[in-house]
Amino acid sequence: MALTLAEVEHIAALARLRLTDEEKARYREQLSAILDYMAKLRQLDTSAIEPTATVLPLRTVLRPDVVTPSLTPVELLANAPEVEAEMFRVPPVLE
Amino acid sequence: MSLTDLTLTEASALLREGKTTSLELTEACLARIERLDPRLRAFLTMTPDLALAAAREVDQRIAAWRKNPASADPFNPLTGIPVAVKDVLCLKGTRTTAGSRILENFVAPYTATAVQKLLDAGVVVVGKTNCDEFAMGSSTENSGYGVTRNPWDAARVPGGSSGGSAAAVAARMAFGALGTDTGGSIRQPASFCGIVGLKTSYGRVSRYGLIAYGSSLDSIGPLARTVADAALIFGALAGHDPHDATSMPLPAPEASLNGAGMKGVRVGVPKEYFIAGVQKEVESAVREAIRVLESLGAQVVEISLPHTDYALPVYYLIAPAEASANLARFDGVRYGPREEGDSLWEVYLDTRGGRFGPEVKRRIMLGTYALSAGYYDAYYGQAQKVRTLIKRDFDEAFKTVDVIACPVAPTTAFKIGEKGDDPLAMYLEDVFTLPPSLAGICGLSVPCGFDAKRLPIGLQLLGPAFGEDKVLRVGYAYEQATEWHREGPTL
Repeated sequence: MALTLAEVEHIAALARLRLTDEEKARYREQLSAILDYMAKLRQLDTSAIEPTATVLPLRTVLRPDVVTPSLTPVELLANAPEVEAEMFRVPPVLE
Repeated sequence: MSLTDLTLTEASALLREGKTTSLELTEACLARIERLDPRLRAFLTMTPDLALAAAREVDQRIAAWRKNPASADPFNPLTGIPVAVKDVLCLKGTRTTAGSRILENFVAPYTATAVQKLLDAGVVVVGKTNCDEFAMGSSTENSGYGVTRNPWDAARVPGGSSGGSAAAVAARMAFGALGTDTGGSIRQPASFCGIVGLKTSYGRVSRYGLIAYGSSLDSIGPLARTVADAALIFGALAGHDPHDATSMPLPAPEASLNGAGMKGVRVGVPKEYFIAGVQKEVESAVREAIRVLESLGAQVVEISLPHTDYALPVYYLIAPAEASANLARFDGVRYGPREEGDSLWEVYLDTRGGRFGPEVKRRIMLGTYALSAGYYDAYYGQAQKVRTLIKRDFDEAFKTVDVIACPVAPTTAFKIGEKGDDPLAMYLEDVFTLPPSLAGICGLSVPCGFDAKRLPIGLQLLGPAFGEDKVLRVGYAYEQATEWHREGPTL
């Protein structure tokens, strides 16, 4: 199952990754080989099998709706590349 | 004999007897790190100031108790013991990188529960250890900060992704370490470095403060010199945490290894794990280890785990899919360095494209593809269904056996650079550690011999979910009957 260059570029855009032409060519080749290997899974008839998303018997776990201490805004913003007025600052989102 | 030659258990006993101090143990580890780590590069960040302050504090508490023995006993088995922590676990106020350049300046604002539990037990953290970037890899070569060297042969990898933790323990730079295991990342480096590693059952140890890779698979566990040492660390780690909804509300397990015997224990040997491609010396060492278990009274039976062969494609769809979602948070906005751009879109593309390493980008691409419109059912959906079949294999097996014995990895430690840029060759390294990870069960790696190049070989003991006591008891019985764990690298 050979990926096209356009497919590689589409996936990279979905994943928000800028790739060089060399990376695109390499990932195209490697991901195609990996996906060929994955085709093995289609040998199995799984029409009657439920998927496993988690191995635990736990489902939606709730806690009491009680306010508990948490980190302060200053602590949470300490690692941000750019901060203004206790908020994360980013470049324009819209033109 | 120097202090660092002691096992954790022995060091703890000396401390209690008043024959050494936490400061002496800590200074011995720090001196050894200073001497050996420029060569081995097991550590990304050393924390000598924190370590020395913690050791002095422990020693003061012990001194106060000796003066007034009626006061509360300050000892538990980990009190005052120097340990290392894989750099995917947060330690407040300390740089935490996950081996990635996208977190090169990240200072953790809080401490992971697993680390906090060890701190509460009185351990001294000597530093944060190297790993494959975001724990994605089997050799530590994918670290953004250079490869860690195997203490047995510096031209070889220590395994991965917890390679720094394994190398630190094998080289006696710490008495134990924390690692994480998503598809083999504790067991395989333990095997490559000739030490013990415990992959805990999924849900056994809180992951609050662990930088996530594959959330339906990630687990935290100890690496140590002996099974007894690993059991002590495990005892302190296990348990429910309100901060992690996936930590099971189960009581702390019985960590005692006393009375460990093999009489009547049923050991399953899966035929699918003894196949072409396994290094001859690995197969013979593991088969010999199984004979030792039998001589101790175990009942050995051949079993079948028929879907073993499908675990690799299942894992390399599910884990990258989860990783592609987990790693979406690294966007140059909230933490980490930012590559400047004219728009937010440009910032995302350049920060992520420029800062993630090649394997992480490969897995994000693979996972994004497997989850994308039109391919979800064929890849991710099918992988989740086959995961059910793999889990059923183990459920069936544990109806008739108590533990399963098999190799950890097909080979001993390989040379740095040997797998080159061939991702599938590297993924095959995980072929025996992936199925148990997908099933969410527990597994122990125990030293069981050496190959002709004197590289360590590991025995993998698998137990049912939340059956750590079983693998620890069998591992301990094996260790008592053999001498492999007493061997160390010449450094």
